Amino acid sequence: MARSDVQLMLDVKAGDELSFELLLHKYRKPLVNFLCRMVRDQAAAEDLAQEVFFRVYRARKEYSPSAKFTTWLFRIATNLALNAIRDGRYRQMQISIDAPAAEDEPAFQLPSREARADDRLIERERNQMIRGAILTLPEKQRAAVVLHKYHDMDYAEIGKILGCSESALKSLLFRAYETLRVQLALLVARPAAQPAGEGKQHEL
Amino acid sequence: MNCEKISNALIAYLDGRASSDERFVVEAHLKLCAACQERAEEFRRLWNVMAEVPGVEPSPAFDARLRQRIADAPKPKFWGWTAPAPRFALAVALLVALSVWVGGRQPRSVNPQNTAANSEEQFRMIKDLGVLENYDVLSNFDALSDLPASEPAQDQQQKPPSDAPGSGSGA
Repeated sequence: MARSDVQLMLDVKAGDELSFELLLHKYRKPLVNFLCRMVRDQAAAEDLAQEVFFRVYRARKEYSPSAKFTTWLFRIATNLALNAIRDGRYRQMQISIDAPAAEDEPAFQLPSREARADDRLIERERNQMIRGAILTLPEKQRAAVVLHKYHDMDYAEIGKILGCSESALKSLLFRAYETLRVQLALLVARPAAQPAGEGKQHEL
Repeated sequence: MNCEKISNALIAYLDGRASSDERFVVEAHLKLCAACQERAEEFRRLWNVMAEVPGVEPSPAFDARLRQRIADAPKPKFWGWTAPAPRFALAVALLVALSVWVGGRQPRSVNPQNTAANSEEQFRMIKDLGVLENYDVLSNFDALSDLPASEPAQDQQQKPPSDAPGSGSGA
C-alpha cells in the first residue's frame, strides 16, 4: 500500500532519505511548473524549486502534519515566488504582453498568413500569448489562477496557501479570469465575432 | 440576484465545485442574463485555451544539484541548540550596548535651589580668598582696635579676657 505524503514526510523526519527521494520525484515537476508560471523563466523557476526542497529537507525535524503536505509545500513555494517577484530578482518577470519582445522571442500577436501554415509556430505563438497574459496578472491573482487551473486544487487548499478566505479567493479568481478573458479576447471570443481579415495581424 | 453578486459563484459553478444552492442560483440567473451567459461561455473557452499550454520538464540535473546542495549545507552541531539565534543574539547585544550608553549619559539629580545656594557660597569663598591670602591683613589685627567702643564692650561679654582687644597684638 502506497504511503501518503504526510507519512512519507514523517519517515523523512525519522531519517529515511529514500522517502525524501520519493517526495522529490513526485513533486519536482509540479513545483517547477508552478514556479515557471509564476516567474516565467525556467532557470529561475528551478532555482526557486531547489530552494523549496532544500527548505523542506532542512525543516524535516520540525515537521508536524498540521495540514496537507501539498499545502505546506506550495505555501513555501508561493512565498518564495512572491518574495522573488517583489524583490525584482528576476528581470524576466517584469515583462508585459505589450512590451517589445526580445530578439529570439516572437511578439505576442496573432500569426500572419504565412505563419498559419506552420501549426507548430501557431501553437507556440498561442502558448506565449497565454503565458504572457498570466504573467501580467498581479502576483496573488497569478498564484490563485495557476493553482486553480493547472494544479486543480480546491478552494480551501488554495485559500490556505495564499492566506485568504474562500470567499476572498473566489472574488480574486473571478477578477483574474475576467482580466484574462479581456486580454485573450482574440482567443476566447466566439469565432463569428472575429474580424474577417485573416491576413491582418492583431497585436494585443 | 444581480450580475455582480453572481460573479463569485460563477467560477465555482463552472469548475463544478459549487454547492447545490449556488448552482441553482447561478443557473436561474444565466437563464435571464445574456451577458453573464456570454461571459460563462468565454470563461469555458478561456480554460480550454489555457489547458493547451504544455508544462515544462525539470532539467535532468535537478536532483543531482539538490543532493549536492544538501550535502554541502553545514551540519548542525551537537551543541548548536545552545547557541542563540543570530538575530536574537544581535538584538540582545544592541540592547545591552544601548543600556550602557544611556546609563553613562544619565544626568545627576539637579535641584535648582541647591544649585543657587552652592553658587553663592562658592562666590563668597572666592571673594574672601584674596583677603585670606593677604599676609598683612592677617598679621595686623591691631586694626580691630579702631572699632567703636560699644562694639568691644559687646565682644567682652561674649569672649574670654584673654581674647580682649590688644592682648593678641604680639601674635
